[in-house]
Amino acid sequence: MGCIACAALVLEGEGITLERKESSTIPVEADSICPDRFVGLGQTQIEALPVFYGRRQVRLGDLFTVEGAGADTITVRGDLKAVKKIGYGMSFGRITVMGDAGPHVGAFMKGGEIVVEGSAGDWAGAHMTGGLLVVEGDAGHFTGAAYSGEPKGMRGGTIVVRGSCGREVGGRMRRGLIVVLGDSGEFAGAGMLAGSVFVRGRLGGRPGAGMKRGTIVALGEAPPMLPTFHYACTYKPVFLRTYLRALRDSGALDEEALAADTFRRYVGDMNTGGRGEVLVRA
Amino acid sequence: MHLNGVEIEDTFAEAFGMWGSRLIVTAETLEWARTAAAAATGFATSIIGCGCEAGVNELGPDEETPDGRPGIAVLVFATSRSNMESVLLARVGQAIMTSATSACYDGLGGDERLKVGGKLRYFGDGFQRSKLLDGRRLWRVPVMDGEFVVEESFGVAKGVGGGNFFMMGEDLEAALTAAEAAVAAMRSVPGAIMPFPGGVVRSGSKVSSRYKGQNVSSNTPYCPTLRAQEQTALREGENAVLEIVIDGLDEQAVREAMRVGITAACLPGVTRISAGNYGGSLGQFHFALRELVTA
Repeated sequence: MGCIACAALVLEGEGITLERKESSTIPVEADSICPDRFVGLGQTQIEALPVFYGRRQVRLGDLFTVEGAGADTITVRGDLKAVKKIGYGMSFGRITVMGDAGPHVGAFMKGGEIVVEGSAGDWAGAHMTGGLLVVEGDAGHFTGAAYSGEPKGMRGGTIVVRGSCGREVGGRMRRGLIVVLGDSGEFAGAGMLAGSVFVRGRLGGRPGAGMKRGTIVALGEAPPMLPTFHYACTYKPVFLRTYLRALRDSGALDEEALAADTFRRYVGDMNTGGRGEVLVRA
Repeated sequence: MHLNGVEIEDTFAEAFGMWGSRLIVTAETLEWARTAAAAATGFATSIIGCGCEAGVNELGPDEETPDGRPGIAVLVFATSRSNMESVLLARVGQAIMTSATSACYDGLGGDERLKVGGKLRYFGDGFQRSKLLDGRRLWRVPVMDGEFVVEESFGVAKGVGGGNFFMMGEDLEAALTAAEAAVAAMRSVPGAIMPFPGGVVRSGSKVSSRYKGQNVSSNTPYCPTLRAQEQTALREGENAVLEIVIDGLDEQAVREAMRVGITAACLPGVTRISAGNYGGSLGQFHFALRELVTA
């Protein structure tokens, strides 16, 4: 039990539903809400999985009503604003959060798909290496970023935020793709090492501060660039069309965004080598 | 057996295994995409003297290019996997990268890969950048009109080379009209190319020669001017022969191209459709003409 081979035998169930029993502002650390942790477990065993309620370890079943077992699809309902780490490190399956999710949703995610139908807290998709995280509402600060003290943030996968997001989206990201359909806060892509951040709305101030490589694309309004970013040219980046088409096909971007073909290219941050770029729609 | 009054000879075309790749070439306009594709497929008529065989293939009716720009497919065939890599490096690097506004993507897929963009990227002199999207790595090489985008690796697969058929005509005009009609019809077949100029070859060869060190020579039995001097394969009234050679990404593509080509070539003034083979002992693939047109 618990191995991937066993998982293949049990993944055809109808799905597992977790419903928060009561609202509370006390933080819940629920990294056990993850298909990887549910593999091979019956309903009683799922209820017995540990979660932290404040500083106290309790059973998942103490906080959530659990229905179903033997599936890789999890639906979570109720007041989840204080529930942290949903889908933490997940590698397969699908989690649907019916409402808002707390911080760290999808952090260290390796595969599968998480859909947050409301908004997500800070650090959504932090350090993720694969899979797809979709936030239908807004996301907090540090989406796809690195935890404090860590050199690299997101290393793969895709994050789509249909609303706006806070500061430092994609901070120190190493690989992967982040798409923000609304506005982004300040310091988008700060310290970025590689990867791509697309902002459909207004790109926040000081984008790419300290970035070494990588691409920030402003499809909407953009602030003045930092003085450590130098204007290179106005051109039609062909690679961007490939991205825009892929994003349109996945439903992440609209047709109007696809019409963008001419961009101003700023290279920087010259303080850190100047091999990154910010592309601003001309 | 006759088709539209043209005899379909009871014989077969003998073809060989080759390695094939499919490139998608895009540009700002279809004309520039065709220009790049034409350059990349130039001097690629026969494996004997060119190192590869290549041709242009239209995209499928529902096929979109990765960047959404106008584009066209290029098929390249070589005798081995290792030859293919050097062929692609030369042709993508010298013909496609140099063509204004071009980009080049893999159009075949599969697990067998050849590193092409991953080597051409060094032209960027350290300023090349890569992007990884859906598992495909694209290289952005800075060039004077912006960036040349090329995929890191290209798929390669076993294909078929050397499918063929001959059109015997009462005169040159009849043979040429038939050949043009055949090629026009065959160009719509996905995964197949006719690598010779205009899709047609007039200098068919046989694998022998009266000169030492010369492995191939003119296909004298099919040369009408030698009818009085050499053993001839031509009949009375046959005064011109043209051949179409077909390479395909798989056997079915060659089969279908031959079928539509032969059908289109059966026009007034054409006396007979035949094919070249080596008795069936050399090539792995045999395409019986009568089976093709009755399928």
